[in-house]
Amino acid sequence: MASIEREKPLKPSLRTPPAAAITAIKLLVFLLCLLPALQLLLGWQADTLGANPVETITHASGTWTLRLLLITLAVTPLRRLTGLHWLLRLRRMLGLFAFAWGLAHFATYLWLDQFFDWAAIAADILKRPFITVGFAALVLMLPLALTSNRLAVRRLGGRRWQALHRSTYAIAILGVVHFWWLVKADVLEPAIYALVLAALLGMRAWWRELERRRQLAAAVPQARGNGRVVRIVPK
Amino acid sequence: MLIKRPTDISPSEITPRSLFEQRRHFLLGASSALAGAALWAALPRSGHAASRLPAYAPSPFSTSEEKTPLKAVTTYNNFYEFGTDKSDPAENAGKMSVQPWTVRVEGLAGKPRTFGIEELLKLAPLEERIYRLRCVEGWSMVIPWVGLPLAALLKQVEPLGSAKYVEFVTHYDPAIMLRRPVLSWPYVEGLRLDEALHPLTLLAVGLYGDVLPNQNGAPVRLVVPWKYGFKSAKSIVAIRLVEKQPRTSWNRAAADEYGFYSNVNPEVAHPRWSQATERRIGELRKRPTLMFNGYGEQVAGLYQGMDLKANY
Repeated sequence: MASIEREKPLKPSLRTPPAAAITAIKLLVFLLCLLPALQLLLGWQADTLGANPVETITHASGTWTLRLLLITLAVTPLRRLTGLHWLLRLRRMLGLFAFAWGLAHFATYLWLDQFFDWAAIAADILKRPFITVGFAALVLMLPLALTSNRLAVRRLGGRRWQALHRSTYAIAILGVVHFWWLVKADVLEPAIYALVLAALLGMRAWWRELERRRQLAAAVPQARGNGRVVRIVPK
Repeated sequence: MLIKRPTDISPSEITPRSLFEQRRHFLLGASSALAGAALWAALPRSGHAASRLPAYAPSPFSTSEEKTPLKAVTTYNNFYEFGTDKSDPAENAGKMSVQPWTVRVEGLAGKPRTFGIEELLKLAPLEERIYRLRCVEGWSMVIPWVGLPLAALLKQVEPLGSAKYVEFVTHYDPAIMLRRPVLSWPYVEGLRLDEALHPLTLLAVGLYGDVLPNQNGAPVRLVVPWKYGFKSAKSIVAIRLVEKQPRTSWNRAAADEYGFYSNVNPEVAHPRWSQATERRIGELRKRPTLMFNGYGEQVAGLYQGMDLKANY
């Protein structure tokens, strides 16, 4: 790819920030991911969350889960497009925050919305498709959260770990469906999330297709070009 | 004639009870209809908390439950023409001009005619009706409306024997309202004629003793307390007596979710959520939803012999 610069010395720059800068960026992202929670807590205390604060919290926590899922999925494409490879070092935290917001969303539903009315909750999960898919997305996030450490990567092996963590695609799709199915009539907002997700997954599909073609060209050199590798991606 | 009232109270503030009662006594004492109609016409629509409603009497149909604060009633609204977020109508409905305003009453009527809003107010003595309102989304409020029975208006136009339903058409102005076809505009609702003539069915012109704020459906809206809130059409411009069941906006959008009747019924779930419980705005714990929103004693007879699961 165009972004591979092996021979250059590593001078601190936007592409190769010093360790301290990355730590600072991580801290900033950490605080930004917590900020909406602080807003909700203060709003709850001050009674400024509107006439239906439980609904406000439910919507906000759900929205942040979905946003963080999409931001997590944006890391790889952004890295590839900009060459900022250190972005990868934010991904685990972003993914874990998506899970944390998902848990907060579910806890809001269990506690503030249903008040642990287990019969009603079970009926919702089984009978209401939008709740079923939302619940499925949360359950699927659990193994990813549990394997988001180095030990797990080592134990699973890189390939298997990556295969497992590709379920993020399915989780994000379920998340958007969950949102789409719960709105009454105005699908504008879920449609925006769906478009962003489609773009993020579409880029991956396109790059995969390019890679497939490249490999195909490399594997059957005899068929075309008299033994020369036909390059699709310029060097 | 002007009633001088302090103008330092913002409309979003709740008028204290003592003030409320003072004013009511005063208004009741005033020579009601004439003074009232003059008041309505004389005062600007964007004033402060001074009442611009004629005198009104309490109603035996009122509930004694705790009223939902005015601020919640006027900032948490579904009025999709002004946006689909609950806070949108309060932000955007101010653009709507509600004076002058007329309501055409037409269709299968012996004497169809158009009523000015001032004429509407004189058709029957105004009453305050404190009703429960249950939204199809699962929340509820207790709201002190001021209005008159819809029956008083319908009587004026003498419905023909062939009239079986009443269709309500609401104001739609694409210049100031949502243009995206979220629902089919203008918003249309409907009732069976006997539902429309039921004494609980209110044509509301006021809220908390004052004229209706725009976001609550100014200047005149329907209130059908035993049905989900969306049946109570806002900012009505036409009322049509018709033979066939009207095709209502929500029914067109999702017929399996929003039936023509849409009576509050805890036993019939919305396909996507249960209707067994509701959150009263201002309360944390949910409460059980009552059949016909607690108005069964008065309205159950309208549906005798009907399968309410099929006619949701």
